[in-house]
Formats: sequence, structure tokens, C-alpha cells
Amino acid sequence: MNKLGIVTKGIIKENPVLVLLLGLCPTLATTTSAINGLGMGVSTMAVLICSNIVISLLKNIIPAKVRIPCYIVVIAGFVTVVQLMLKAYLPALDAALGLFIPLIVVNCIILGRAEMFASKNSVIDSALDGLGMGIGFTLALGIMGLIREFFGAGTAFDIPIYVDTAITPAGIFMLAPGGFFVFACLIAAVNYFSKGKAIKKKEIGCEGCMMAEMCGGSCDRKEADA
Amino acid sequence: MTEILIIMMSVILTNNFVLSQFLGICPFLGVSKKLDSAVGMGAAVTFVMVLATAATWPIQKLILDPLNIGYLQTVVFILVIASLVQLVEMTLKKYMPPLYKSLGVFLPLITTNCAVLGVTLMNINDGYNYIESLFCAIGAGIGFLLAMVLFAGLREKLENCKGIPQCWQGIPITLVTAAILSMAFMAFSGVVDGIFG
Repeated sequence: MNKLGIVTKGIIKENPVLVLLLGLCPTLATTTSAINGLGMGVSTMAVLICSNIVISLLKNIIPAKVRIPCYIVVIAGFVTVVQLMLKAYLPALDAALGLFIPLIVVNCIILGRAEMFASKNSVIDSALDGLGMGIGFTLALGIMGLIREFFGAGTAFDIPIYVDTAITPAGIFMLAPGGFFVFACLIAAVNYFSKGKAIKKKEIGCEGCMMAEMCGGSCDRKEADA
Repeated sequence: MTEILIIMMSVILTNNFVLSQFLGICPFLGVSKKLDSAVGMGAAVTFVMVLATAATWPIQKLILDPLNIGYLQTVVFILVIASLVQLVEMTLKKYMPPLYKSLGVFLPLITTNCAVLGVTLMNINDGYNYIESLFCAIGAGIGFLLAMVLFAGLREKLENCKGIPQCWQGIPITLVTAAILSMAFMAFSGVVDGIFG
């Protein structure tokens, strides 16, 4: 695969949020404004690139049996770095994102890329993969944040668009139901424009779940048995 | 006592983990197709939440805080949760096979469930004492279970729906259902203050 392809596939064809449906918690929770969404996206991207590089470097040293805990330690280390940096330099963003900064550790995208890509590919490819997936994640969060901010507060990137006009912003877009609803619209739009091809398996499948190997699809089987 | 009731009511209803704080969305969407797997997942999450809180709160207060290494919180907590889940899984497998059969399959999925790490971090951030933390974890688990059960019921009905436009089938219509359920839960805001305030 060429280098450019590795970067671009994460942005469109395999967009982690809009196509693979990974990392939904931060997608829904931190997109109350475009800036918060982008901030979360960039923080996640930083962790993703760094952890992909380190895991790719260590791929021959980490024993297969304990690889998941090892990945978690690497990821948690970088999350702590990002957390301390945000606290020091961007306290407003840190306060807005709150709990979801430490929760980057359990973002499925990061562990998923470590397991599916970085543990099998070269350092440079892994870094590029992290970059592409990170940009895809940031873009998705930014777009969603922009939509919610526009309809919910009447601003875009904190710039007033129709704040003091006759139209009242629908505050519910900033609240939990608005998050679910806007995301539903985005996924429906992706389905519409890709004619349903993008999201082949319309449910969250095992390929998206980093625990798939451990659980061997037993959660799915459990549902089939039931 | 009132304190504990307020904490529990608030995490179950007004600040429901799934529907208003967006924690644990993956299992909420992934394992809610059937009612009994939703119950199993909810019960397993509740169990792990309580255990994780029981283990992480003393670690924070007795080890991390006195040594002034609070910044290691994230690293330590996720490792504690991951090993705890492994331990629970092995114990259940060996000593309680029937329970393992019903809950065991969900356990590996819970390690990276953000609701579990979320509740342990929240307890520390909100400055709860040990008892309050434990009840907060129980409440968060019950709230998760409640949301899962309600949503599974709705989804079973949704399966029989005819006439959903093609691009809305699957995840989008499920998310719209979640939006409506979360709107319903918004009606609880103020209830806790109304009762105890």
C-alpha cells in the first residue's frame, strides 16, 4: 500500500467514526461545539500517532499473550502526557472536555489501531495510519460539533451567526438527545451518499472491537443463542 | 443517608450514564438487540463497576495521594480494572460455572468500557467518600442496566417496523430511538431536587 493511501483511507473510506462506528462515546459527548470537537479530535490524534509509533517499535519485544495490557500501558502513558499538557496550556479546553480526556485510554479507535495495524506494520506506516485515522476522527468530530453548535447555540467556532435575530437556537441540540439525533443524521447521510455500501455490516461488528480475539465473537454468539 | 439517596437517584435518572453522559455507548448500541443479553451485560457492568470502585478508591487515597503521584491515576486505574476483570473472569470460570455462562462472555468486553473507568474517575473527582463512592457505582450500574433494558425493549419493537427509508435502517434509526429515550430521561431533571431539596 502506498504511503498516501494509508493516510487517506482513514479520512474517507475507513473513517473511524462515520464508517467504522468506533469511539462513539467522545463523539457524542464532546461535540457540544466545533472547538470542543476539534480539541478532542486533536488530543486523540496525538495519542494515536504516538502510541502507534511506540507499539510498532515494540512489536517484536512484546509477548503475544500480554500484548493488550502492554498496549494499554503505552496508551495510558501518552494520555497522561496529553492530559498534563492540556491542563498546563489550554485549561479552558481541559475543563470543557473534563472526564473524556482520561477516557481517551478506552477509546476503541486507539486500541483497535494498535491491535490491527501498528502491531503488524512498520513504524512509518503506523505513524501515517495514526495520522490518517486521527484526521478522520478530528474531521468527524469537528463537523458534528459545528452542526450542533450552529443549531443549538446559533454560533460557529464561537462566532455569532444568528444569535440576536428572530430565530431562537434550539438548545436541545447541545444536550444529549441532540447528540444522538445529529449523529443519526450523519450516519444516514453517509448511508445515502454511499448507497449503503460504506457501512456494510450495519451493526457494530467484531472487526471494530479490539476484544474480538479474546472474546472470539462470543458476545455475538450469545445473542444468536438467545 | 439522604446524601447517598441523592447520589443514587441522580446517577440513575437525571445524570444517567448512558443517556445523558454518553458513557458506555458501544455496549449500549452493540449488545441491546435482545432483552436477556442486555440484562446480562448490564448486570456484568454493575458488578465490575462496584468492584473497580472498591479497589481504586483506596488506591487513590492510600497510595497515590500520600506519595503525591496523582498524575498516574489514569495508568493505574486502567491497569487495576483490566486485571480485576481478568481475575473475576477466572474466579467465575472455576467456582461459579453457571454464573460464568451467563455473565462471563461480557466480561472481556468490559475492560475497555468507558463507563467503568468513568465511574472510578468521577468518584475521585467529585470527592466522594468510600461509602458514597460505592453507592455511586451501584447507582451508575443500575442506571446503565435500566437504560439497556428499556432500549432493548424498544429495539425489539423496532425490528418489526416497516417502511423505514433505506439509508435510515440499522444504526441511524437506532440512534434516533436513543435520542427519544434520552429526551424522556431529561424529564427527570429536577425530580431529585424536588424530592430532597
